[in-house]
Amino acid sequence: MTKELRIIDFMGVRHYTSALSIIIVIISLASLAINGLKLGLDFTGGTQLELLFDRPADLDNIRGVLEKEELKSPVAVLFGSDQEVMIRTQDQMKVKAQEKLTTQIAALGSGAALEGIERPARELEGFADTLVIANVSAEALQQKALFSPETYGRVEYQTREGKTLVVVENSIDSVYLRQIIADIEQATGAKIQLRSSEFVGPQIGDELRDQGGLGMLVAFALVFLYVAVQFQWKFSTGAIIGLVHDVIVTLGFFAFFHWDFDLTVLAAILALIGYSINDTIVIYDRIRENFRILRKTDPHEVINISITQTLGRTIMTSASVFIVLFCLYFIAGEVLQGFALALIIGIVAGTYSSVYICANITAALGITKEDLMPKAKAEDGTELDEIP
Amino acid sequence: MLNRYPLWKYLLLLFFAVIGIIYSIPNLYAPDPALQVSGDSSAKVIDAPVLAKMEAALKAANIEAFGGEVTAKTAMLRIKDVEQQMVARKIVQQALGDGYVVALNTAPTTPAWLQSLGASPLKLGLDLAGGVHFLLEVDTASAVAKRQEINADDMKDKMRKAKVRYASVVAQKDNQITARFRSEEARDEALSLLRGDYPTMLFTTPDSEQTAGEFTFAANFTEAGVREIEDYAVSQNLITLRNRVNELGVSEPMVQRQGRSRIIVQLAGIQDPAEAKRVIGKTANLEFRLGASPDTLVSNKEEFPFKDELMQMQRGNAVLEKQLIVTGDRVANATSSFDPETNQPQVNITLDSLGGTHMHRVTRNNVGRQMGILFIEYKTRTQIVKNAAGEDVEKMTQYVERKVISLATIQSALGVQFRITGLDNPAEASELALLLRAGALAAPMHFVEERTIGPSLGAENIKNGVDATLWGFGLVVLFMLVVYRMFGIFANIALALNLLLMITMLSMFGATLTLPGIAGIVLTIGMAVDANVLIHSRIREELKNGASPQQAIYAGYERAFITILDANLTTLIVGVILFAIGTGPIKGFAVTLIVGILTTMYASVSCSRALANLVYGGRKNLQKISI
Repeated sequence: MTKELRIIDFMGVRHYTSALSIIIVIISLASLAINGLKLGLDFTGGTQLELLFDRPADLDNIRGVLEKEELKSPVAVLFGSDQEVMIRTQDQMKVKAQEKLTTQIAALGSGAALEGIERPARELEGFADTLVIANVSAEALQQKALFSPETYGRVEYQTREGKTLVVVENSIDSVYLRQIIADIEQATGAKIQLRSSEFVGPQIGDELRDQGGLGMLVAFALVFLYVAVQFQWKFSTGAIIGLVHDVIVTLGFFAFFHWDFDLTVLAAILALIGYSINDTIVIYDRIRENFRILRKTDPHEVINISITQTLGRTIMTSASVFIVLFCLYFIAGEVLQGFALALIIGIVAGTYSSVYICANITAALGITKEDLMPKAKAEDGTELDEIP
Repeated sequence: MLNRYPLWKYLLLLFFAVIGIIYSIPNLYAPDPALQVSGDSSAKVIDAPVLAKMEAALKAANIEAFGGEVTAKTAMLRIKDVEQQMVARKIVQQALGDGYVVALNTAPTTPAWLQSLGASPLKLGLDLAGGVHFLLEVDTASAVAKRQEINADDMKDKMRKAKVRYASVVAQKDNQITARFRSEEARDEALSLLRGDYPTMLFTTPDSEQTAGEFTFAANFTEAGVREIEDYAVSQNLITLRNRVNELGVSEPMVQRQGRSRIIVQLAGIQDPAEAKRVIGKTANLEFRLGASPDTLVSNKEEFPFKDELMQMQRGNAVLEKQLIVTGDRVANATSSFDPETNQPQVNITLDSLGGTHMHRVTRNNVGRQMGILFIEYKTRTQIVKNAAGEDVEKMTQYVERKVISLATIQSALGVQFRITGLDNPAEASELALLLRAGALAAPMHFVEERTIGPSLGAENIKNGVDATLWGFGLVVLFMLVVYRMFGIFANIALALNLLLMITMLSMFGATLTLPGIAGIVLTIGMAVDANVLIHSRIREELKNGASPQQAIYAGYERAFITILDANLTTLIVGVILFAIGTGPIKGFAVTLIVGILTTMYASVSCSRALANLVYGGRKNLQKISI
């Protein structure tokens, strides 16, 4: 019944795997440096629309409309089905709308200029924006029909300090948005339903980036501490290097393939830290146990035995996590695909690093049996030393 | 004896399973679309006739409705077809007329016996329910600047009273007051006079005098002082926003502070962000006026109704003078409290210095007369009118509503600070304080983020999420069964319990489920079996090493537990960090991740061990186990 487990020599190939890891990390860093991450709306700020067409969408025509509007880095991609399109730009609709109105009003001639956009006075309940226009009378504006009730809803004209105030019911950004959708409808000949819209101000992105980076550092620090307390600092160092490797490789993939990096992907990367450390800890646990119970003291041999013993578990768990991640990727819809993708890559990297990197580094740092003997003994030892 | 559990452990497990089932069941009952009617003031009575009116109006429009309920302040009516909900809302609003707020809502269909146990379905986030999300930034810098202006006036006042001669006191834009003096003595005198009065400010004098014959000092708020003002401004705006959002007729709107100066507003079921933005951006105003005395000229009199309907019934209209003392912009603060002597509720009002001066000038000659506070709101009424073509179109008309919220006798000359007493109860006092503060926003706000999610998209997200969960669960169960056979069954039952407990805990905490939250649940399903895999691998190993089945089972569970604890604790650390730093989607994910780890640690170990003990434990000559 007793069957000796065939020990796989993981540490024997450590020079090759180290080289491989270094190359992969360098490639990842290079693609991060060259391509950069394609940051999603949450980080860059801007506008994102989800449109539902009543027929297969013609992306070329849609892109044509977006380019004509001179939107900053416009993106139009299919989202889910061939009738759903996601449009994204880093522009703020309000700013674009104001730019457009400025040129329209300047075109009236005789020094007409849009001087600013204000909030309507208190009495004008229900109105969205007040445009301050110089050098043109209300009558002239009315004649030019720049502000038609069809698009702007109710429009009121007032004067203040020689300037004309135009108070409109529909906000200028909503008017601009509707005009873009109308243009797309015209260009493609389809009926469009606006399924969702998002506007994110530019100041949010920086904060999110800081928060994400900070969170990662705090996670590293706490994991380091925990492992140092439970095991030993040589293990902590190995674990952290493994984690950094996993994060860099996953980010590298996102940079290399130009995949969207949004808030859910950031969440996935932080979750990945949790998963990857889980894997590493299981192996460490076995190494600690084996150091204590086996007679062998050669670290490489102990590590080989430990990894081999836990290999079945590593494969099983990775497989079951893979199963749910593929379910997420294929079934849960477009929103979570980035999330699932980041974790799928991360778990491959994490499993690899747990097996080949973390223990490797711990061994390289010179782990010995004494490092892992139960604490009580070590304390006794020091006490003895103190007695002269 | 190896592998025997005491009875209480089985009972505990059974108890958790029953609790899990009871609190998860409500999620299976799809809620009905419903209309919820409430009054626009707390005095409005919502009773059976109101409900009858709603039912009649819907019947006339051929919309099927059922299950009407009247509670203390609201009436709820369920609508059969979700498509007709919007139309029904319009019809009911029209039938009831002004004074009622009709909100779209969903009514739970949880059976009564479950409801009585406090079981309710999970709340759905905007990405699942559809609606609008705003993030507003409060311009706290301008709140600080405004406070500095008030302080500058105040300082001048104090120096004048103490006969300290100053050249000028100016509030600069950047949180700084600069005061100039002609002599050094005057400046030092001023400093010693003012320092103690402004504990949250830092007074500094320049190292070297730049211009001859001019001596200055600067006063800045300390960091803590700035924080205090910011906190006040944000919480003030929060309260005002809550009041306004209520007007939109949204069931359970979410208005929350985020970070130092931001406010999140989430309105489920609203599809028109423009309308929501208009309501959020609107302000009310206040006017303080003298009550009319018998010798007030008719041309200087105006009549207003009371806002409180009970007062209106008792006293009829209030007559005030047309001339106003101060407006709401001058109100710096209003709080409700108790009179330390009589223990009666009161409202303390603080005006800015200009407001205080006006107030003093008017009231010192009018002690014994009445002062009324008018609450002015600009409202929009939607009417259905026929246009030229004979179609029904909505026409929006604006009107101003002026109502008296307080009419009190002036007992002495009032200044910057005064109080209103004679209020009947603390609730009335706090409502009055609220209305007074609603007059002006403490600081301007602007929108920094806006998201709209259509209801069809939300429904699709729910379907996708549930599908992914079911598929993930099914495949993992199959996988475990194939690999571990009998022990696979134990693990699978544990996994089912884990899922139940997770949903239960999320429901009990009142957590909001979002799409990333569902991702967290699915991921937990995949990770949860890790504990069982660890145990099973250990048991197999022990068997290989020649242990008897009973010993192997025992050793497997005992030894694997330390590893499971270590591994899960580190993941928990990461989960907590995610929760602490995260906003929005990250937070939703973190919550399910944390809850998932906790339930996993219990269910995967205890439940599967209990089952293993139940099946194999106590068998004396167990030769073979199915693993």
